[in-house]
Amino acid sequence: MPPSDTPAAPARPIDTAALPGHRAHLGAGAPLRLDCGADLGPFTIAYQTYGALNADRTNAVLVCHALTGDHYVLDRHPVTGKDGWWERMVGPGRPVDTDRYFVICSNIIGGCMGSAGPLEPDPATGEPYGLNFPVITIPDMVRAQKMLIEHLGIKQLFCVIGGSMGGMQVLEWATAYPESVFSAIPIATASRHSAQNIAFHEVGRQAIMADPDWAGGTYHRQGTRPHRGLAVARMAAHITYLSEPALHRKFGRNLQNRERVTYGFDADFQVESYLRHQGISFVERFDANSYLYITRAMDYFDLARDHGGTLSNAFRLPDGRGTPVRFCVVSFSSDWLFPTAESRAVVHALNAVAANVSFVEVQTDKGHDAFLLDEPEFYQVVHGFIEGCARHRGLIPRRSAQTT
Amino acid sequence: MTTAPAAQTIRIDLRLIADMVAPGARVLDVGCGDGTLLAHLTREKGVDGRGIELSMDGVSRCVKHGLSVIQGDAETDLKDYPPDAFDYVILSQTIQAMRDPRGVLNTMVRIGRRAIVSLPNFGYLPIRLQLLFRGRMPVTERLGYQWWETPNIHFCTIADFVELCAQMGIVIEKTAIVDKAGRVTRRSPTGLANLLGEQGVFLLRRG
Repeated sequence: MPPSDTPAAPARPIDTAALPGHRAHLGAGAPLRLDCGADLGPFTIAYQTYGALNADRTNAVLVCHALTGDHYVLDRHPVTGKDGWWERMVGPGRPVDTDRYFVICSNIIGGCMGSAGPLEPDPATGEPYGLNFPVITIPDMVRAQKMLIEHLGIKQLFCVIGGSMGGMQVLEWATAYPESVFSAIPIATASRHSAQNIAFHEVGRQAIMADPDWAGGTYHRQGTRPHRGLAVARMAAHITYLSEPALHRKFGRNLQNRERVTYGFDADFQVESYLRHQGISFVERFDANSYLYITRAMDYFDLARDHGGTLSNAFRLPDGRGTPVRFCVVSFSSDWLFPTAESRAVVHALNAVAANVSFVEVQTDKGHDAFLLDEPEFYQVVHGFIEGCARHRGLIPRRSAQTT
Repeated sequence: MTTAPAAQTIRIDLRLIADMVAPGARVLDVGCGDGTLLAHLTREKGVDGRGIELSMDGVSRCVKHGLSVIQGDAETDLKDYPPDAFDYVILSQTIQAMRDPRGVLNTMVRIGRRAIVSLPNFGYLPIRLQLLFRGRMPVTERLGYQWWETPNIHFCTIADFVELCAQMGIVIEKTAIVDKAGRVTRRSPTGLANLLGEQGVFLLRRG
């Protein structure tokens, strides 16, 4: 990279203790048994809530964030200063209406914004876990969230909603705890991470591990951060979140601040400059080891394998009946990371147990990231689905009488 | 369901279908369009309703109004459902647009305890007269497409449909034949119904 595109100074590690938001200390009595066999506990989960829990505790909505997201759904981000990442979906009068619902979003375990993860101190040594943090899975993340929900005194979530990796958590919630979920909205996701997706993740991990500053994962000890490797990982991943038409519309082959190409390796093209910017701004707010852990968790996700190789079995109760959870599955036509066929496979499995499911493929050229962008049709569909569920759940919009 | 039409204004064949559905039943509406029938059944009969629709426009209108509808193709997506998943599987004015009407009928009576099919009668007298006197493919108010643009690729008459059911071992439990003025005639599906009925509504079960 040319000097102009290098961060002025390596971003400082995030001081997670100073971050705004709530913190739950869990697993002190009984630790969380992870899929890898290790026990996690005691451990911390950082989370945010919006709105108020009603007297019956029936209006809680859990928002599950994506790979590099966090719990700042609506707040200004404490590191980047940007708006909350899902303000189009969550807020007063939004589809997930914070005037009606009690919204919870936790930073997943393995993350780097205050929840237990490689950046946090290992209670045994007082030093950051680094690669001593146990390998986690999507079901582990959901088990930790279940402990948080119980800690908050909530027996059943009115809705669990999330996109991409958040959608995987939604599917895991609905299949692991069908009695604890009234409705589920998995968006732009899949019941398993495909070989192509694993391949892209491996490129990102190799970029991080090839950075000398990664130092075998112990960079926290020597005061470095593998920001070059992490930036490259982000750049590669970011391409998969877009679509060719969207990239072409935005940048085409336009040059960046120049009339002609320089016959060198400067960022001649706007698209290069854009990706470099994406990579650089990402390293400010994210931890490289967290990136390794979370991408691994997604790679391991395979709901059918966890249920005897048949996806529909995941949606069956122990007594053989179909799941009582009401589903709304959403995909985007230009998403090539989690294509519509993946969502359709989930819908077919739900049909096989005659579950109550809605499914819409939203027509857009914005690619995978469309679930975070301005797609009115998408928000209207989610709004309508949640309204319908609220009627079935008996959540009447009488704010003053309902909320505590 | 603020935009759903009032009960008395729904299409005659939809009203006849609704009359055949028991209150509180589990219903799948195949090709549910904008959800008019599902909304009516939910409101008037308290059914647990689902739908399948090909067009995104129809699906998103349904879901926006709180109906459970999936975007999909009946001929590929119905096969996943287990036997007796529904009390009624409904196919209104759509069988003529199916690539494989037999396959769809078979699936309907498998996954539903009952199936309800409404269809336009190609044997209806004015249609026969159009073909006879004008020598042109009939275009009517109900079948408003030119031959080169129509989604309707498998037209049949009431007599054809009754014959197919008999062949497939499907029992017709009830029939309603509707004339041009929207009046329900008491005719049996055989005989003059095939000449004077503009459309037929059939309640079916596997034999």
